[in-house]
Amino acid sequence: MTTGDSLLLAAATEEARLGKYAQRKLVNRVVLTLALAAMSFGLFWLFWILIETVRLGFAGLTFATLTQMTPPPNDAGGLANAIYGSFLMVMLATFVGTPIGVMAGIYLAEFDTKGWLAVTTRFVNDILLSAPSIVIGLFVYAVVVARFKSFSGWAGVIALALIVIPVVIRTTENMLQLIPAGLREAAYALGAPKWKVILSITLKAARAGVVTGVMLAVARIAGETAPLLFTALSNQFWTSSLSEPMASLPVTIFKFAMSPYENWQNLAWAGVLLITLAVLGLNIAARVLTRAR
Amino acid sequence: MSTTLSANQISLDQSIDSLGRVMSSPPPIKRARSGPMADRIFGWLAKGAALFTLAMLIAILASLTISAWPAIQKYGLGFLVSTQWDPVKEEFGGLVMIYGTLITSFIALLIAVPVSFGIALFLTELSPAWLKRPLGTAIELLAAVPSIVYGMWGLLVFSPVLSTYVQQPLQAAFGGVPYIGALFAGPPVGIGILSAGIILAIMVIPFIAAVMRDVFEVTPPLLKESAYGLGATTWEVVSQVVLPYTKAGVVGGIMLGLGRAIGETMAVTFVIGNFNQLDYVSLFQAANSITSALANEFAEAGEGLHQAALMYLGLVLFFITLVVLSLSKLLLAQLKKSEGAKT
Repeated sequence: MTTGDSLLLAAATEEARLGKYAQRKLVNRVVLTLALAAMSFGLFWLFWILIETVRLGFAGLTFATLTQMTPPPNDAGGLANAIYGSFLMVMLATFVGTPIGVMAGIYLAEFDTKGWLAVTTRFVNDILLSAPSIVIGLFVYAVVVARFKSFSGWAGVIALALIVIPVVIRTTENMLQLIPAGLREAAYALGAPKWKVILSITLKAARAGVVTGVMLAVARIAGETAPLLFTALSNQFWTSSLSEPMASLPVTIFKFAMSPYENWQNLAWAGVLLITLAVLGLNIAARVLTRAR
Repeated sequence: MSTTLSANQISLDQSIDSLGRVMSSPPPIKRARSGPMADRIFGWLAKGAALFTLAMLIAILASLTISAWPAIQKYGLGFLVSTQWDPVKEEFGGLVMIYGTLITSFIALLIAVPVSFGIALFLTELSPAWLKRPLGTAIELLAAVPSIVYGMWGLLVFSPVLSTYVQQPLQAAFGGVPYIGALFAGPPVGIGILSAGIILAIMVIPFIAAVMRDVFEVTPPLLKESAYGLGATTWEVVSQVVLPYTKAGVVGGIMLGLGRAIGETMAVTFVIGNFNQLDYVSLFQAANSITSALANEFAEAGEGLHQAALMYLGLVLFFITLVVLSLSKLLLAQLKKSEGAKT
């Protein structure tokens, strides 16, 4: 082989190598462009939904929306009873669900981290966290509504509380595990009993995280419709009695949005705006709270 | 604790007695103001709360089975393959709803998996550091939007757009083609299997994307940097290093999304059309899903077979999600285990 030949060969391999390299770069560029497109695709829906909700929601929102009762078709009215019902049920469900969730989270993080009960509970809890909420509604219907022969606000509270518990367990456990062991040991060394160490040292140190968990749980149940459909049902009038069917914002929106009446649909948009603002506000607040630490 | 102490004391007293000396018993141990009792009660409470969670799962399964018993007894497993759903004649079979649930979830995953992968890829490898956080938050906020908002938006805003700009052109293009045309037959009104699938996809994208992002970030930087050091492109690093390493986690994330899609109620109920027949294969056809059948019929169903049949559907739904979510958990746990072994 002459020098010229080997030079030509080298040039050819070099060219092939460059060609291959260009091709690899091209594939890379195509994939990354697609990734960028996917990202924009995701954001596109978020913005479209938010913009439409804000536009149509503010169009339907008036002062009367907050002060008047849900109207019959083609009549003026508001969502006051639904807002009140949602507020009451969400608040009570949070009060019922949070202590149970926090205690179970404490058990998983402080008492038994590796035993069979902890492993099983963690597994079951993760499943309950994503289980269909309509099944919770069916369960509460079978256990509470069918027994007392009446839809009631209490049944709604129980259904929502059962959804709060897994969320709170998860965040409480995660947050407690972040607390350094030295803090606990220092407290034990001072002679504090375990319950005191947990309640006034670890839980206190993890306070912001636990509060975040509760806020996320509130945000979750504030928008839940399915578990209320056959527990609290709905009510066209103001009621503060929890043993009667009770209106809630999501169920009212469901009823109104599926109807052909324009005033009902406008009210539904106003309700959707209120819920979206509340839920996103809680989520953003929860994030700010954990970031500040 | 206290019992062993007192036993010691007794034996000590006895030995002293045997020596024949008289001695006053030692001063009683001063009890802490909240003794071991408080600790024990606290422990019981915590354990009780954990057991409560377990009991919840068992209670849900048991109460659904009991309520569904009349229907289970009458139809057995034949319920799952019968398309008859006639509340008037009291004939019930769940295939239409089960099919609707599965096909809409399938469409949702078909759209959501590639998009979520792209989003996770963008967030972990491509995005500038200052954009990572806000973009990640935005995607997570998409997950927080209540499903009723998606449903209402889907019905009143999205379905007219889908009808005009997607369904009608598709029908015009493929309407005459055999086989493929059948997929696009039916009234292009924007309500039906396709729109339910798309709305579900939008809803599960954030869940899958968030899990994928998290598992991608688990990949040890050393592995990635080695690959980059050998001259690999970003895509090559992701496809040859990150993906094989996080395979189990990625599949787990997809399963999690599938579980969500199967159990989603409101978003589907608004746009699926609630039509209890299964005559066409068309994607534009109105159909029904387990969740929307429950949402629409349960409150009005009289006690008896109708309600029991709906409970049966609920049991089937819970069972499917239970299996899917368990698989998802096991796969994600597997990733975590291998991570522990390798680092």
